[in-house]
Amino acid sequence: MKKVYVNEDWCLACHLCEYYCAAANSGAANMVAAFRNGKKPVSRIQVEEGDKVNFAVQCRHCDGKPCVRGCIAGALSIVDGVVCCDENKCVGCGTCVLSCPFGCVVFDEANHRIQKCDLCLKNHDGEPACVQGCPNKAIVFEER
Amino acid sequence: MRYVIIGNSAAAIGTVSGIREIDSAGEITIISDEKYHTYSRPLISYWLEGRVSDKNIYYRPDDYYEKNGVKTVLGKKVTKIDTANKSVVLEDGLSVPYDKLMVATGSKPFVPPMNGLDKVHYHTFMSYDSAKAIRSELKDGMKVLIIGAGLIGLKAAEALSEHNVDITVIDMADRVLPSILDARAAQKMQRHIEAHGVKFILGTSAEELTEHSAKLKNGSTVEFDMLIVAVGVRPNTELVADAGGKVERGIITDQTQKTSLDDIYSAGDCTVSHDESSDSEKILALLPNAYMQGEVAGRNMAGRESYYLNAIPMNAIGFWGVHIISAGSYDGEEFVEETESTYKKLVFRDNRLVGYILLGNVARAGIYTSMIKEKIDLNEVDVDLLKQKPQMMMFGKARREEKLGGIVR
Ligand SMILES: Cc1cc2nc3c(=O)[nH]c(=O)nc-3n(C[C@H](O)[C@H](O)[C@H](O)COP(=O)(O)OP(=O)(O)OC[C@H]3O[C@@H](n4cnc5c(N)ncnc54)[C@H](O)[C@@H]3O)c2cc1C
Repeated sequence: MKKVYVNEDWCLACHLCEYYCAAANSGAANMVAAFRNGKKPVSRIQVEEGDKVNFAVQCRHCDGKPCVRGCIAGALSIVDGVVCCDENKCVGCGTCVLSCPFGCVVFDEANHRIQKCDLCLKNHDGEPACVQGCPNKAIVFEER
Repeated sequence: MRYVIIGNSAAAIGTVSGIREIDSAGEITIISDEKYHTYSRPLISYWLEGRVSDKNIYYRPDDYYEKNGVKTVLGKKVTKIDTANKSVVLEDGLSVPYDKLMVATGSKPFVPPMNGLDKVHYHTFMSYDSAKAIRSELKDGMKVLIIGAGLIGLKAAEALSEHNVDITVIDMADRVLPSILDARAAQKMQRHIEAHGVKFILGTSAEELTEHSAKLKNGSTVEFDMLIVAVGVRPNTELVADAGGKVERGIITDQTQKTSLDDIYSAGDCTVSHDESSDSEKILALLPNAYMQGEVAGRNMAGRESYYLNAIPMNAIGFWGVHIISAGSYDGEEFVEETESTYKKLVFRDNRLVGYILLGNVARAGIYTSMIKEKIDLNEVDVDLLKQKPQMMMFGKARREEKLGGIVR
C-alpha cells in the first residue's frame, strides 16, 4: 500500500506541509480561506525540529492499528488499509492518542474530537496535500 | 464449528473479529442479557450529557451482525454453562450448544453495604439502561448525590452538569480519581471540576441513608433528590466459577485467553490480566484491553495460536475539557513538571520508562506508552528529549527509520 514517507535528510522544517494539511482538511476552498480571521485549522502532520535533523510525522497506517482496536466509540475503522475516523462518532476521549506509538493522532479541541491522516482520501486527487506541497520533495507518497 | 459468545460488548466484538480473521464459515452466536445492538459502554455518559445521539452510541454499524455472520440472542441471561453437554443454558431454559465458548461477561456495579440503602431508590451508572433511567428521572434544580469520585462517578457528574442540577460527589478516598492520578494531579483535577460547580466531600462515607438524605461519617448530612452509586465494579465470574473454572479476583486465563476449562475462553473486564509494567496480576477494566483480549481469544478459538502480551493499565479520559492520559506503574524514580494548568509525571525503573501521568497537555502520549510496552532501554533514547515531551526525535535514527520508514530491522 502507498503511504507517506519522509526523508529526514531533506526536511527543512519549513512547516509548509502542516499548512497544506490543515487547509486541505479544513473543508475551506483554499489556504487563504482556511486561515482567514485568525482561524487555525488542525494539521494532521507534525514537524519535529531538532538540532541536526527535522522530519514530519503522520499516521503510519501501521499493522498493529492499536488506535482502531482501542477506539471506545467505534469511530476508527480501516478502509482499504487506511485508518479513517468517523468524525460524527468520535468523542475526543483520546484513547487513540494514548495508543498511537508514533504520536500521530491530534486533538481537534474546538470540535471535541480527534483528527488523523487519511491520506487525503476525501479531499485530494492523487497525492496527499503534504506531499504535493513539500518544496524540497522531502515527503513522498510511495509503496515500500 | 459453533462459536458461542456470552456478552455483546467490546470483548465480544473483539472475539468476532479474531474468529473471522481465520474462520469465515463457522457459526457465531452472541448472547447477552442487554437487549441492544452492541453499544459503547463508555459513551453512556456522553449520551446522558446530550453530546452523543441515540444513533451514535452504537459501537458498530447497523449491519454489523449480518456482515459478520453473527446470530444474536439478546435480552436473555445465561444462567449456566453445562460443560458436560457443551452448552449454555438460558434463563428461559433454552440451551445453546457450543464447540468453543467465549465468556465476555464484563463487570457489574459494585454496591457496598450501606445502612438504609435497601430502602432508598438509587441508580448505578454502567449501562445504557441505567443512563436512560437517570435521564428519565432528571428534573430541573434537582440535588444529585454521587457516591464515588472515580472515573465512572465523575463521568456521571460531568454529564449531569450539562443539565440544570446541583451535584455533590462523596468518596471515602481523600482525593479524586485515585486509580489513575497521584495526589498532586488529583488536586489539580479536583479544583478544575469544582470550578464547574461540582461539590466534593472527600475522605468520608455515608453512614446512614434515608429517602432524601445521607448522614456522613464526618457528621454532616447531604440532602439529595437523586442518588447514584458509582464506587466501583466487580467482574461477572459466576458462570465460570459455577462450572468449576479457576477464578480469583476475576476469571483466570492463560495467555491465549483460555480458561482452566476445556474449550472455554474469556476476555475483558471479567478476567485477570498480567500487568507487564508492574509484573503483577490485575483486572484491567479498560475497553482497549477487552477488545484486544477478545481478538486473541477469537483467533485461538478458530485454531490459530495467538498470545495476549504486554498488557498495561492505561487510560485516556477528559473532564470539562481537560484531558488526562496515564499508563503503566507509578512505582519508581519520578520526574515531575508542573504548570498552572498542566501536570507531567514520568516514572523510571530498571533504566526504563515504566509509567506516566499527563494532565492538561497530553499530546502524543502514545509515544510514552510504546516505550513502556516495548520496554525500551533509556540508553537507546535521548533522555532530555524524552523528559521534554513525547517525540520521535528522542529515538536514534535507526529506530526512527524502522518505526517511521517502513523499514524492517
Ligand atoms: C461510564 C463508563 C465510562 C467508561 N469509560 C471508559 C473509558 O473512557 N475508557 C476505557 O477504556 N474504558 C472505559 N470504561 C470501561 C469499559 O466500558 C469496559 O472496560 C468495557 O466495556 C469492557 O468490555 P467487556 O466486553 O469486557 O464487558 P462489558 O462491557 O461489561 O460487557 C459485558 C456484557 O455481558 C453481559 N452479560 C454479563 N453476564 C451475562 C450473562 N450471564 N448472560 C448474558 N449476558 C451477560 C452484560 O450485560 C454486558 O452487556 C467505562 C465504563 C463505564 C461504565
